[in-house]
Amino acid sequence: MEFCYFPGCTLKNKAKDLDRCARLCAEILGVKLTELPEWQCCGGVYVSTSDDVAVKLASVRALIAAEERGLPLLTVCSACHNVLKRTEHDLRTNAEFAAKVKAYTGSEYKGTVKVVHYLEMLRDLIGYEKIRSAVKYPLDGMKIGCYYGCMLLRPGRVMRTDNPEDPVIMEELIKALGGEPVAFPERSECCGAYTYAESETLTEKRSERVVQSAKNCGAEALVTACPLCKYNAGKYGDLPVLYFTELTAKAFGV
Amino acid sequence: MKRIGVFVCSCGSNIEGAVDVCKVVEAMSKEPYVVYAANCKYMCSSSGQELIGKAAAEYELTGIAVCSCSPRMHEATFRKAAASAGLNPYKVEIANIREQCSWVHKDTAEATGKAITLAKAAVSKLCRDEELYPQSFPVTKRALVIGGGIAGIQTAEDISNAGYKVDIVEKKPSIGGKMAMLDKTFPTLDCSACILTPKTVDISHNENVRIFSYSEVESVSGYVGNFTVKIRRKARYVKEDLCTGCGLCAEKCPTKNVPNEFDLGLGSRSAIYIPFAQAVPKVAVIDPDSCRMLKDGKCGLCSRVCGAKAIDYSQKDEITEEKYGAIAVATGIDPIDVTPFDEYSYKNSKDVITALELERILNAAGPTNGRLVRLSDGIRPKTVVFISCVGSRCTEEDERGKTYCSKICCMYTAKQAILIKEKYPDTDIYVFYIDVRAPGKNFDEFYRRAAEKYGVKYIKGMVGKVCDENGVLTVKAADLINNEQMMIGADLVVLAAAVEPDKTAKALASKLNASIDGNGFFNEAHPKLRPVESPTAGVYLSGACSGPKDIPETVAQASAAAAKIIGLLSKNTLESDPCTAHADELKCSGCSLCANVCPYNAITYIEKEFRMPDKTVKIRRVASVNAAVCRGCGACTVACNNGAMDLHGFSREQILAEVDSICS
Amino acid sequence: MKNIVSREEIIEMSGTDPAKCMKCGKCSASCPAYDEMEYPPHRFVYMIDQGNIGPLLECVGIYRCLSCYACVDRCPRGVEPAKLIEAVRVIAERKKEGNRIKAGELFEKADADMPSQAFSAAFRKYTK
Repeated sequence: MEFCYFPGCTLKNKAKDLDRCARLCAEILGVKLTELPEWQCCGGVYVSTSDDVAVKLASVRALIAAEERGLPLLTVCSACHNVLKRTEHDLRTNAEFAAKVKAYTGSEYKGTVKVVHYLEMLRDLIGYEKIRSAVKYPLDGMKIGCYYGCMLLRPGRVMRTDNPEDPVIMEELIKALGGEPVAFPERSECCGAYTYAESETLTEKRSERVVQSAKNCGAEALVTACPLCKYNAGKYGDLPVLYFTELTAKAFGV
Repeated sequence: MKRIGVFVCSCGSNIEGAVDVCKVVEAMSKEPYVVYAANCKYMCSSSGQELIGKAAAEYELTGIAVCSCSPRMHEATFRKAAASAGLNPYKVEIANIREQCSWVHKDTAEATGKAITLAKAAVSKLCRDEELYPQSFPVTKRALVIGGGIAGIQTAEDISNAGYKVDIVEKKPSIGGKMAMLDKTFPTLDCSACILTPKTVDISHNENVRIFSYSEVESVSGYVGNFTVKIRRKARYVKEDLCTGCGLCAEKCPTKNVPNEFDLGLGSRSAIYIPFAQAVPKVAVIDPDSCRMLKDGKCGLCSRVCGAKAIDYSQKDEITEEKYGAIAVATGIDPIDVTPFDEYSYKNSKDVITALELERILNAAGPTNGRLVRLSDGIRPKTVVFISCVGSRCTEEDERGKTYCSKICCMYTAKQAILIKEKYPDTDIYVFYIDVRAPGKNFDEFYRRAAEKYGVKYIKGMVGKVCDENGVLTVKAADLINNEQMMIGADLVVLAAAVEPDKTAKALASKLNASIDGNGFFNEAHPKLRPVESPTAGVYLSGACSGPKDIPETVAQASAAAAKIIGLLSKNTLESDPCTAHADELKCSGCSLCANVCPYNAITYIEKEFRMPDKTVKIRRVASVNAAVCRGCGACTVACNNGAMDLHGFSREQILAEVDSICS
Repeated sequence: MKNIVSREEIIEMSGTDPAKCMKCGKCSASCPAYDEMEYPPHRFVYMIDQGNIGPLLECVGIYRCLSCYACVDRCPRGVEPAKLIEAVRVIAERKKEGNRIKAGELFEKADADMPSQAFSAAFRKYTK
């Protein structure tokens, strides 16, 4: 099983653990991750206005590169996944956008790339059974709140990762790793995202609420796929926050 | 010799406003075979009809062309006028120069030219009209009512009171429907069971009425006045005629933990059970999926304790065949499944319930004996939040909800809020609404009473999310008038779920050849003027099967459907429209194309002997149209490759003559 | 903001139609940034539908929307408030001189642990 791998900029510096563990676990599961050469930052956030073409070109180039290699495009970071998946959707459903993009890049995207998040790969292509059998050190008794945030799930109609209001994809993984997932209602609500420079209070209030909700439901730690969720929840809350790949690596004993 | 009269209607200014009617008269008077042409201000008035009579006599007319409104409006009027003048009523043609001409054209010259063209086409068709005579056939004087809720009960009651026989087919073990599950009814707060049970008891004793409970319609054939219906009587494993309804079997049954359907699974029942205290018929039924005897052959306790010897483990489904003159559909509505609305936590929290579930909880015969308690911990809720419009008024692209307003939710929400306040005045009640829709007699006053007298807090704004943190509910909403976001700690959340047609409606509609709309509601023959008739002759619509309705409206429509059915059954014979299809047997190859497209199953095939030119006899399969069933839609004439199918009154030759006339 | 922006321009840019709104307020009930906005989502949609876009171009709410799409996913009418807000923000940025926040300030306000994803996103949202 081989994927084109788009790590994204955060995974090259602040979220190195997310990247490192993702690669190690992939190896154990027999998945080959081939990093796209010369990938460019996705932009961190998807801009939904129809005439903003330039900001999406980095994603378009990644998609075309994956298409040329005939491989699905795998991401670990929620933000990269959101931007790539939505850009891919735009290319297939918005002819005007596709035409403009072609004029910019000189190459055409045919619409054959499947943008896959690492969690989707674990669920749909590896299967939780195989993961369970790869576990060496089960996360016994660890009560873990799976914090999805917004970008992994929404807009639901485009992302199709899981049910945005009641997701289970990470909970199922935690179960397979031998942990005890704790569902809490704020798990698919936004952490306050990138507004640190705009509002003094927004990220603080949001993240506090998220962590409090997880604690109210009995979580002893949070696990996430998004570096920004991890940062905000860690800064404003008092629960340890881990990447799902870190936890997987821990359970696999790597 | 053809002698045709042309009558041009002004329709006040409706036609005259755009069409120069005098020019139309002048042009038509010069047409071949036209011996008379005149204008009249209102052709549909008595003087207009007299004009037809006089001209027919004076000019010895053989055909009449009326240039007026759509034939849907007055074709029958002019056919009657022609018949009174001694003409065959099918020698009348109508040129629609109003809806299809004067109303859509502003330029007089253009409109007048088009009116003349349409009139000429009508005359061309009229010249080829044949005299047609309706067939008559007898009417079976018994009606079938499908569905035994309040709608079906009312329809059956009214038909039986007129002296006709009625059968009710109800899929559940008892009649009573949704109304039997309700606690009180708005806006009078009558006890639902108290006003329903006299009717269910009466109907069960009515000599004209047979109740086929725990039964479903298997198939329907035939046509208006002469339906043949196969009814599947599902095995109860209890002999209906012997069971006394004593309930001892249910008491002794060792399997007690089966979710009780009547309580929406909130309570439990035994494997053999009587659905509820006032069930009609009050006869036990065995649920084969949970009965130990039927599953493993080990038990038989109910049989041993039954004094009436009514238990019969070997019972099988039976099919009975009955004949009916008319069929009323009374399949009603159900709340939608609200589990996809995960933002409201219905699936994950026991204390988020639907309004119908609350109805069972508030009901003295329900799972909590009428005590309002949380299902999670049995504690009485102090703060109750109602959420309106769950799944109603959604956009078409929304996969979870319905596009329509479910109509009854605003009122039952007000009712439930009042009922809780009456019993427990210290309860804090919030109703989150988009609009409060209360257009009924004493409805708005009722809702205002909830807000003003009972202090129910009505807040404009939809709830965004219901958070369940370890059993503690928080409702996240926005108060749009106060412009603030709210977080309310709630003990109980009640969802006003949208309603949808009963799950069986779609399959039933196809058995009946009756059409349903995109939402699965039965279509009316006309949404305003024929609301209780389906487009299929002989099939009538009673209650909420045609759209969401409350009890008073359901009962009114149910009685209206009964009136229509009584009108039908009072006739000894029915006349069929002679404009039906017929097959030219010499051209027919017996290919079945026509039968495949016929929406009414009017075409069958017969083996027929044909004498060949060489004097041999050949047996061929040819189409045969049942004129009583055929509705003259013409689908078969288009489908037939050989041109063997044709319509009386709309023959291929006539249509082509019209087209030729328009094109020349 | 001298140039008046038309309702149609916003519809075109956002690809969403404010006329579909039935004013239920589920967007505002869902919005995590409600308290930070002068015009909460339902009002934002209404003002665009009314063509009253001037005040929206001047408001800080367009920079407080988190683009979390809770409003979009929960709207029963298929209106996408977040996309309308984004369209107004993009137009406001293009029309005004300078940026909402200077790029340098974005770095100054950040702390050492902040992931680069936050800079990129803030850069997208607060500069041209």
